[in-house]
Amino acid sequence: MGRIQLKAVQKKFGDVEVIPPLDLTIEDGEFAVFVGPSGCGKSTLLRMIAGLEELTSGQVEIDGKDMTLAPPSTRGLAMVFQSYALYPHMTVRKNIAFPLRMEKMDPAEIEKRVAVAAKSLNLTDYLDRKPGQLSGGQRQRVAIGRAIVREPSAFLFDEPLSNLDAALRVGMRLEISELHKRLENTMIYVTHDQVEAMTMADKIVVLQAGVIEQVGSPLELYNAPRNKFVGGFIGSPKMNQLEGEAAKKRGCTTIGMRPEHISVSPDSGEFKGTVGVAEQLGSDTFFHVHVEGHEETVTVRQSGQVNYGYGDTIYFTPEEDRVHKFGPDGLRVE
Amino acid sequence: MAIVATQSKLGKIVWPVLAWTVALLFFFPIFWMILTSFKTDADAVKPEFLFRFTPTLENYTNMTDNYDYWRFATNSIITSVSATLFTLFVAVPCAYAMAFNPSRGTKDILMWMLSTKMLPAAAVLYPMIFLTKSLGIYDTKFLIVMVLSLINLPIAIWMLFTYFKDIPKDIIEAGQMDGLTTWGEVKEILVPLAWGGIASTALLIFIFCWNEAYWTVRLTTTEAATLSKLIEGNRAPEGLFFGRLSAVSTAAVGPIIVLGWFSQKQLVQGLTFGAVK
Repeated sequence: MGRIQLKAVQKKFGDVEVIPPLDLTIEDGEFAVFVGPSGCGKSTLLRMIAGLEELTSGQVEIDGKDMTLAPPSTRGLAMVFQSYALYPHMTVRKNIAFPLRMEKMDPAEIEKRVAVAAKSLNLTDYLDRKPGQLSGGQRQRVAIGRAIVREPSAFLFDEPLSNLDAALRVGMRLEISELHKRLENTMIYVTHDQVEAMTMADKIVVLQAGVIEQVGSPLELYNAPRNKFVGGFIGSPKMNQLEGEAAKKRGCTTIGMRPEHISVSPDSGEFKGTVGVAEQLGSDTFFHVHVEGHEETVTVRQSGQVNYGYGDTIYFTPEEDRVHKFGPDGLRVE
Repeated sequence: MAIVATQSKLGKIVWPVLAWTVALLFFFPIFWMILTSFKTDADAVKPEFLFRFTPTLENYTNMTDNYDYWRFATNSIITSVSATLFTLFVAVPCAYAMAFNPSRGTKDILMWMLSTKMLPAAAVLYPMIFLTKSLGIYDTKFLIVMVLSLINLPIAIWMLFTYFKDIPKDIIEAGQMDGLTTWGEVKEILVPLAWGGIASTALLIFIFCWNEAYWTVRLTTTEAATLSKLIEGNRAPEGLFFGRLSAVSTAAVGPIIVLGWFSQKQLVQGLTFGAVK
């Protein structure tokens, strides 16, 4: 059980309103990701759910119960911190057992649960070490272990992978997704990395300056971004956005073209441009093209290894049914 | 290379010699005091007897027989220990609150606390004497414990505050998520993590309490008199009896030197706690 409902929650730091009143529901068992640029209030929102940050106004309900004023310890939520926040003076075993000891659980049962958690996280050999003797990935696992033994109604992750190196991050991402499939618990995950959001989430909440820009499944957000911001934020490489003649022709102010929805030709097409940097990834090639008559550079993705070099003139055309149109207010128009 | 080598060789000689000179310079007066305490009052003032004299325990027996040394010593121990404990009892929660739940006024409060140390003690001497006398607590151990606690609280809070500040807030918050009450946070996380800092604060406060003379001399007569009062009381109208005075001083300073010696490691560790995190 773990249905979390935010009703008109608002947060001010002094006179600065970081989160204007906001409503959001996270269903039981859902993997929700809060994503947005730094300073968009996503961590603050998570901390308000956790009870670590007071609400200026509004209500937090967990499983239908009003928890607005409840201290963090009574909300039945477990949190994994960016810094891991392990207890440095305790061994791995004691760290994982800690929340159970606080619940005054039977020591034999604690022992059993710690062993199960340690096994599932490959920590069995490290149980008697202190956190200082572990690598970053292992520490992260301990933090997750400490969260799962409690069998909380929901997990809160606050940018848990941002201190890990790139290779480890991909591995841990999979492990967390796997954990979600296995436990079927509600999870709320905060990140600024849209790749993490796309790959892990059932539901993505895109935030900017404390305001929810869009809520939806990863593919909904990818296929039908509600505004220019979401269009630019979701998807990698970024969506190209052009104004001017091409937009006017399609009856809008801005058109959005994803790099993967553009076809290239050496002799004809809608836009003409010169190739700047070409990034060869082996599986794909990204061209950064300076478009004639536009300030912006357009990124084009071609499958496989395509050989256009620096300074070559090329023509490109977007796939018409995948062009996103935005009005003067930045909102999507159909 | 050759120059560097000779320089470091020179360094190997010069620095230890310098260090020893300074150390001996500091230690000599204490050594002198201890020596003098084993001399008769007559020998004590004669420079030619600095090292050559017939040792005597007369001053010490005199001290315990005639001056009731143990009563003063007991008072010193009771007041210093109680004051240290009471100071920590107030300062730990106070520093905890300011380190982990700071408000807009926290910096000002810290400054205000420190500012209480800026008032010259002499300025409030007479009000304190009149006040305590009329309250009927003059020359009581309770008063001395309170005074020692109050004058040392600002230092204790400042020290603890800096130690606590070094503990990442995330760890405290993780504790809250894991089901800790406020008291649990202090007991399970704060104290174990800041143990070195708390111990060195306690030690320092104890030393300050033990050495305090200004207030303990002036706010006591007999009941609550501490060793500072005993030393001060050894000034006779006929002049100073250096042998006797040295014996009393040695007996007063002795415990703190022994304590300092054994807790050296803890003290240094505690004082550099923030640096080696």
